[in-house]
Amino acid sequence: MKKEAVEPTEAGTESPAELVRLFREMLRIRVFEDQSIKAFRAGLAGGYLHVYSGQEAVAVGWLSCIRNDDPVITAYRDHGHALYLGCDPVAVMAEIMGRTGGLSRGKGGSMHLYSAAHRFYGGWGIVGGHTGIGVGLAFGTKYKGGDQVTHLFMGDGAVNAGILYEAMNMASLWDLPVVFIVENNQYAMGTRVEYHSADPELHNRAAGFRMEHERIDGMDVLRVRRDAKRIIEHVRKTQRPYFVEIMSYRFEGHGAADVEQTLYRSPEEIEQAKKRDPILLLEKHMLEHDVINKDELEKIRKEIQEEMEEVYKKAAALPHPEPEEVYRDVYTDIEPEKGH
Amino acid sequence: MAEITYREALRQALIEEMERDENVFLIGEDIGRYQGSFRVTQNLIKQFGSKRVVDTPISEPGFVGIAMGAALQGLRPVVEMMTMSFSILAFDQIINHVAKIHYMSGGQFKVPMVIRGPGGSAHQLSAQHSHSVEGWYAHVPGLKVVAPSTPEDAYGMLKTAIRDDNPVIFTENPNLYGLKGEAPTGDDFTIPFGKAAIRRFGEDVSLIAYSRMAHVCAEAAAELEKEGISAEVIDVRSLMPLDSETLFESVKKTHRAVVVYEDWKFGGFGAEIAAKIQESCFDDLDAPVLRVGGLNVPMPYSRKLELLCVPNNNDVVEKVKSLF
Repeated sequence: MKKEAVEPTEAGTESPAELVRLFREMLRIRVFEDQSIKAFRAGLAGGYLHVYSGQEAVAVGWLSCIRNDDPVITAYRDHGHALYLGCDPVAVMAEIMGRTGGLSRGKGGSMHLYSAAHRFYGGWGIVGGHTGIGVGLAFGTKYKGGDQVTHLFMGDGAVNAGILYEAMNMASLWDLPVVFIVENNQYAMGTRVEYHSADPELHNRAAGFRMEHERIDGMDVLRVRRDAKRIIEHVRKTQRPYFVEIMSYRFEGHGAADVEQTLYRSPEEIEQAKKRDPILLLEKHMLEHDVINKDELEKIRKEIQEEMEEVYKKAAALPHPEPEEVYRDVYTDIEPEKGH
Repeated sequence: MAEITYREALRQALIEEMERDENVFLIGEDIGRYQGSFRVTQNLIKQFGSKRVVDTPISEPGFVGIAMGAALQGLRPVVEMMTMSFSILAFDQIINHVAKIHYMSGGQFKVPMVIRGPGGSAHQLSAQHSHSVEGWYAHVPGLKVVAPSTPEDAYGMLKTAIRDDNPVIFTENPNLYGLKGEAPTGDDFTIPFGKAAIRRFGEDVSLIAYSRMAHVCAEAAAELEKEGISAEVIDVRSLMPLDSETLFESVKKTHRAVVVYEDWKFGGFGAEIAAKIQESCFDDLDAPVLRVGGLNVPMPYSRKLELLCVPNNNDVVEKVKSLF
């Protein structure tokens, strides 16, 4: 029999229903990513595919604490954010497959997911390049007198890009409500953080901009939520930027083309990290607190597996864009010159 | 119509657009308290305050990105580049982000922003402050690129640029800021993009240029007239969208064309115009399409050498005479 409320362990006072929901959301991302890898291997997805497996607690934990009118922007490892924000998984998978009905009409692909309806501003392929834009979203909020907080996600590889420092300086100088969120999965492609950053405690970078900063655990979704709630509330109140480094781990390679991970990390290291798999951690927490039993868990797993297999099938059945689509949306009002 | 300078025409357009739409704001280096390095934004901070005339650090990629984010939020930023040479620092932001988001998002987002400033050589600014950037940007799908040559165009086209829902690169030749001319002000006068201006009608050769070179061509045409050659001068004004029709009509009439541009001759925008004429008007041509462009060297400091690098009326006259 379920308990009515779950005692906080390390963190969190989530209701049983909320815990199950968080579990489902993380699992949906994981299974979606398994399907996206399948699509890549089947030749249905091309280009680059950067999957989010292992980092689910970051997107789910953080984004479950934002307000639905808060802008969100991220880099190219963007599937998890798009899904949690409520984008139709068929549209996301269709985008990865470059199909009509894709979230970005098949023009963006895996790295360039956008949904204006969900205030999701992407989806950017130049490392660190979107950080100025994220600060600009917060600039727009301040200009218009709103109280939204912009959530600006980036990977640890982005912390050495010059534009981030320009953006951080102006965010602090102008009191802009933005949270710089580094998802430190510990590898910039195949370069471990110790090999790319003079100070591997990346959050320290914010000190020079008089910005509050801290490092938090990104594998336990409840801890992410505890910290995210506090930080977001603080930023909304102070209207000041904040820099948070969320410690995470990437279970898959950098991209689908990264097939030789042993060149830069050991299988043992990956196995070790998987002991803190965010999905298993929450599962364990729920079992220990009788929120759920193994049969119910199995049922959820089966449901989500079926849902995502269906997503895959539906996306793969969508048509490829018509040739005329290539000229559409270059400009809002004029067409580019046609022909080769 | 009043006679005003090119600089004043730009300033007047900014004022009227800022008064008309509170989402329009200016952002750039030293545009507020310092009053703008070329004084285009003089006194605007007093009129509109620091919320709408935003002084930035020297951080071109950063403030272009921030302006773009603000545009995604529905604002209409006008970014001043102290010189367009500095926009090269923000090349990634402009090309990879600003120009592409509308397409990459399948039309979900638009970026109504203007990036304006002086481009081209002026009085001994030397190699790093003398770039003609218009050809680089015209090369990029998603950007509109204009280069007005008169106060009237500066005024009317800047208003059009600010109202455009697409990103617009608006280049101003620094030699033109003091140029006087008649321009309507204080009303709702705008000049649409994609329409070339015929500055002078002629029968024997089409001189095609934009920005300051349109004036050089007008001077050359006056000299050619003395030698019995009637030159038509077309001021392209808008590189993207480009009014090919007006160019082609002119060439069909004159059967000869010389394209004049200040940018490095090799690979500059004039090459695109020349190629277009050749592709579309081959049967109408009595001579090859020729180009007069800037010398293919970094801009030297020496006044004598600098003047050598930029096409002048004699260069144009000589080139035209070689066609006959």
